[in-house]
Amino acid sequence: MFWNENKECMPREQMRELQGKRLQKLVTYVYHNVPFYRKKMQEMDLSPDDIRSIDDIVKLPFTTKQDLRDNYPYGLQAAPASEIVRVHASSGTTGNPTIVGYTRKDLAIWSEVMSRCLTAYGVTRDDTFSVSYGYGLFTGGLGAHYGVENLGATVIPASTGNTEKHIRLIRDLNITGIACTPSYAMYLAEVMEKMGLTKKDLGLRIGAFGAEPWTENMRKEIQDRLGLKGYNIYGLSEIMGPGVSYECQEQNGSHINEDHFFPEIIDPNTLQPLPYGQQGELVFTTLTKEGMPLLRYRTKDLTSLIDAPCPCGRTSVRMTPIMGRSDDMLIIRGINVFPSQVESVILEMKEFEPQYMLIVDRKGNLDTLEIQVEVRRDFFSDDIGAMLALKKSLSDKLKSVLSISADVKLVEPNSIARSQGKSKRVIDNRKLV
Amino acid sequence: MTIKQLSVFLENKTGRINDVVRTLGQNGINMHAFSMAETTDFGILRLIVSDVDKAVEVLRAQNFAVMSTEVICLSCDNTPGSLAVILEYLAEEKIFIEYMYAFAQNDKAHVVIKPNDLKACLAVLDAKGCTVLQKGDL
Repeated sequence: MFWNENKECMPREQMRELQGKRLQKLVTYVYHNVPFYRKKMQEMDLSPDDIRSIDDIVKLPFTTKQDLRDNYPYGLQAAPASEIVRVHASSGTTGNPTIVGYTRKDLAIWSEVMSRCLTAYGVTRDDTFSVSYGYGLFTGGLGAHYGVENLGATVIPASTGNTEKHIRLIRDLNITGIACTPSYAMYLAEVMEKMGLTKKDLGLRIGAFGAEPWTENMRKEIQDRLGLKGYNIYGLSEIMGPGVSYECQEQNGSHINEDHFFPEIIDPNTLQPLPYGQQGELVFTTLTKEGMPLLRYRTKDLTSLIDAPCPCGRTSVRMTPIMGRSDDMLIIRGINVFPSQVESVILEMKEFEPQYMLIVDRKGNLDTLEIQVEVRRDFFSDDIGAMLALKKSLSDKLKSVLSISADVKLVEPNSIARSQGKSKRVIDNRKLV
Repeated sequence: MTIKQLSVFLENKTGRINDVVRTLGQNGINMHAFSMAETTDFGILRLIVSDVDKAVEVLRAQNFAVMSTEVICLSCDNTPGSLAVILEYLAEEKIFIEYMYAFAQNDKAHVVIKPNDLKACLAVLDAKGCTVLQKGDL
């Protein structure tokens, strides 16, 4: 089943031609509307006329998360403010979040690509579909929501929390599909079992899981416990949100909606493009975006691309599961966490040494984050109450910066290993790859 | 007269108290009394030692978070009710005790007290004729 067979199964040559045309238009658009890109291109002695086909994409400058931060909030926006109809935001590494404005057309394309994903999973207008990503600044909730509506199925905007009520709704409203993080799906199974219900009491058959890395073992367990088939969905707010790529029934890599998001794989060190099949950093160019179009945005996600035809009939390039990151970003309970965020908080508090360690684990089905910090020798207090208050004050600050709660552990001075070169700040004990 | 108490921050880790005690021993510092206060992930070891300044120095050299705190060490009879009388004096004057620990030997008991107000506490003890120990008495 296809939502848009014309685009999803377009012959490769025709697709490249379409991509080339869209790229030319995009480059002209950003050159004239985004001073940041005009300046960059001029510095490279590049004009929009130099882009004649999709092959010329390698001539264009890259965009990084740092560029987004430096141009906070609206510096990379191409469309006039009056054309922006919605804004989403994702966490920044330190301080500024990334702000993404969408035009009406951007939202229509987002719904279109989400409909393609859902159709590939087997969702039809006869389904009732629950969206259990967080609604709000995070793109997950609203992105999936409008995709379901666009497809014509019934959307249940369950969001997260109140899991027992949600499970009763799944049973009572005959909800057949759900979009959430894989860890939330595991939690859902747990709560369902605690309520004395089995998968047979629920009619779930399709799960759209994403926003965090997950393994084949998790897939098997979720499928087994909830009685559904689980599909990967990939996206990032800088590019659009969920719906950038999706698994088909073959579940062998995620098809990229490459008429809208052009993928490249580069060597993160040399920045040179790598051929299909080789692992490197995933880079996207938003071919059709109006609000905040990006040229060659470095996702920092490590993966490879498959261009071999897929038995499902789709001709689009597929990406393999994310193998890791080329930066130090962690995804904890679906939230992006950078060690530098923790550092910025600790540096502000004179009671602690500028030394810390993040220990990530998965206990049961929930990611845990422990942050160890060293108490400074001269700020140690003999008063236990004062020490506990200090610990709580750090926990509270971290929570407001990270958006997730962490378990703070005060440790002795000099007990965290120092290193000569790049210090190791993270121990991730989750087995996700 | 107050006495300097040594306080050491310790992670809840097996063998950690041992490291403190060994370091003191190797440097010829004797312990007269100590108590351990603990929370879920860290503890504070409080000690009365023969040479506080030296103890601070040698423990800091081993990267321990250490500080010295002024406390009062009083001596009373090792008989039922002796301490109760003294604590009653302090309570009457609204002196709050943050923590205390004690040890008894033969006919005397020594009590280390950390009050919220050292000066006021000493004044009460003096006025009531209680025996407050000085550094050399231990």
